[in-house]
Amino acid sequence: MSTSTATVIRCENLHRHLGRDEGRVHVLRGVSFEAERGKVCAIVGPSGCGKSTLLYQLGLLDQPDDGRIWIDGELMSNTSDELRTAARSRHIGFVFQFHFLMLEFTALENVMMPMRKLGRLTPEAMETRGRQLLESVGLGAKSHRLGTQLSGGEQQRVAVARALANEPSLILADEPTGNLDAANSALVFDLLASLARENNQAVVLVTHNPEIAQRCDRVRAMKDGVFV
Amino acid sequence: MAMSLMGIVFGVGFFIVTQAQTSGFEQFFIKTILGTNGAIRIQDRFQPTLFTMQSEGSGGQGSVAIETESNRKYIEGVEDPVRVSEAVRKFANVSGVSIVVQGLVTLVTNVKTEDARAYGINLDDHLAVSDLGAQIIRGSLSDFRETPNGSLVGSVLALHQNLRVGDSYMLQSGGQARRYRVSAIYETGVSDIDRVRIYLHLSEARSLLQKPIGASFLQVNVFDRERAPEDAERIQSVIGHSTAPWQRREKTWLAVFSALRFSSAITVSTIILISGLGMFNTLAMLVIEKTKDIAILRSMGYTRNDIARIFLWQGVLVLIGGIVLGWLFGALATYGVSKVPIRIRGIFTTDSFVVAWSWEHYVVAALTASVVVLAASWIPARRAARLEPGDVVRGTAQ
Repeated sequence: MSTSTATVIRCENLHRHLGRDEGRVHVLRGVSFEAERGKVCAIVGPSGCGKSTLLYQLGLLDQPDDGRIWIDGELMSNTSDELRTAARSRHIGFVFQFHFLMLEFTALENVMMPMRKLGRLTPEAMETRGRQLLESVGLGAKSHRLGTQLSGGEQQRVAVARALANEPSLILADEPTGNLDAANSALVFDLLASLARENNQAVVLVTHNPEIAQRCDRVRAMKDGVFV
Repeated sequence: MAMSLMGIVFGVGFFIVTQAQTSGFEQFFIKTILGTNGAIRIQDRFQPTLFTMQSEGSGGQGSVAIETESNRKYIEGVEDPVRVSEAVRKFANVSGVSIVVQGLVTLVTNVKTEDARAYGINLDDHLAVSDLGAQIIRGSLSDFRETPNGSLVGSVLALHQNLRVGDSYMLQSGGQARRYRVSAIYETGVSDIDRVRIYLHLSEARSLLQKPIGASFLQVNVFDRERAPEDAERIQSVIGHSTAPWQRREKTWLAVFSALRFSSAITVSTIILISGLGMFNTLAMLVIEKTKDIAILRSMGYTRNDIARIFLWQGVLVLIGGIVLGWLFGALATYGVSKVPIRIRGIFTTDSFVVAWSWEHYVVAALTASVVVLAASWIPARRAARLEPGDVVRGTAQ
C-alpha cells in the first residue's frame, strides 16, 4: 500500500450489500476514498446513495463485503471486532445527526466517556481536558448540566467536544447539522472545522446542506453507490 | 427494577425465615430425642454358632480352615452390662453410658389401674446420657436420689393418675407389688414417653421386674452427635450387640423434617424466581430503550464485554441490595417468628415457634438469589453486547 503521511484513512473498492433476499440492495459499488489531516471533506448526494453506509464503513462500525480500509496505514477492514473497537477508541471520533448524548449524564461526563475507555489520562487530567473541550465549544458554564437540560444545538456541541476527546486523527460526522437551525448549523460546523484544522485532524462529513458542503476543503458527490 | 429488588428482598427474607423455622423444629426435635433416649442404644445381640471344617495338605503345609455359620442364637438385652459399659466408655467419642433395666408394670392408684413401663436407672449415669435433670417440672432429683423407693413419673401419666409429688402408688409385676413415692414429675414433651415411663432406682427395678442381672439396654451419649452412626457401627463390631444410633431410630421423623425443609425452600425460591423473571423483563426492555446509547458507546471504543458488564452490573447492584436487605428482613422476621406463641405437644414440647440461627441459611438464600438474578441479567446483557453499532445508527438515522 502506498499512502502519504497526510492520509489518515484510505479505502479501496468497497462493496456493501444491505437487506436480505429480494430486498437485498447493492449500496456501495466499489468505492475508493481517502481523507487527509487538517482537511474537511464533505460527501454529498441524494438520500439512499450510500453516503452514510460509506461513513460507517470508514468508522469501522460496519464491515465491507469486499474492499479494504486503512487507518493511519494499518489495514483495518475485516479484522476482529476487538481490533476495530480499539481502533475506533484511538483514531476515530464520531458526530451523529441525533447527538446521541447519554442524557442521564452531565455534559462533562459525556465528554469524558471516550477518555475513560481509552485510559490514557488520569481522572483529574480527563476532567481538565473535558472542561477545556467544553470551553472550546462555548459550553464551559454548562459542563454540569444533564443532557436533558441542554438545547439541540448545545447537545450537538457537546457531541463535537466528545468526538475530539481522545484527539483522534479522524472525525466522522453524519449530517451533524441535519437537525439544527441555520444559526446552530453554522456554529457547529465552524467549531468542527476550526478545531479539526487546529489539531491537524481529518474530518469527513456527510451532509445534505449545500452551504455547509461549499465551506469544506473538498466535496465528493455520490450517486447509486459510487462517487461521480 | 424497584419491584425486582423488593422481590429479591422478600424472597431472600422468606427463604431465611422458613429455613430457620424448619431447621429450628428439627434441631429441637433432635435435642429432645437425644435428651430422652440418648445418641446410641446398645441392646440385644445374636450369638453366632460356628462350625469349623479343616482341610490339611501333606506335611501340614497349605492348611485351609473354613468357618460356617449354621445357626444364630438371639440373646435379649445385655448380659454383662458392666463389662460392656467399660468397653464402650473407651471409645473416644463416648461421653457417658447408662445401664437401663426396663419392663412392663401395672400402675395402681386410687384413681385407676393402667399399664406403665418401669425404667431402672443409676441416676448419675443417666443424667450423663439424657436431659432428665432439665426435664423435671415438679419435685426434685435430690429427693429421688435419697429415697430408695422414690420414682420419677411422666407428666401425662401423673395427670391421668392425679399423682402429685409426695404421693405414693403401687407397681405390680410378676405377681409382686411394691409401693413407690413420687419424688418428681418430669416432662420430655414426647407424649409416648411422658404417659408410660416411670424411672426407678436400678436396684428397685431389678427386684420389681425380677431381673437381678443383665440390662435391657445401654443408653450412650456422645460428644459429636453427627458421628453417632460410625461409632455405633464400630461398637457393634467390637462388642457384638446390636446398636441403634439416633439417626436410624428416628429416621422417619428426620425424613419428614428434611422433606419439609426442602419443600419450603423450593416454594420460597419461586418468589426469587418470579423476581428474576421481572428483572429479566426490565433489563430486556432497558436494552431496547438503550440501543442508541449502546451504539454510541461502541462507536467510542467500548467493547462488547464492556456493554455486557454495564447490564450485568445493574443486575449485580440489585442483587447486592436485595441480599443485604433480604438478610436484614430475614433476621428480623426470624426474631419476630420466634416470639409467636404456639403450643406444641407430642413429639416435643414448646410454647413458641422454635427457630435455628444458622449462617448457612443466609448463604444458601444469597446463592439462590445470585443464580436467578445473574441468569436473568446475563441474557439481556448478552443481547446488548451483540448489537451491531452500524445497524443501530443506520436504523436511527433513517
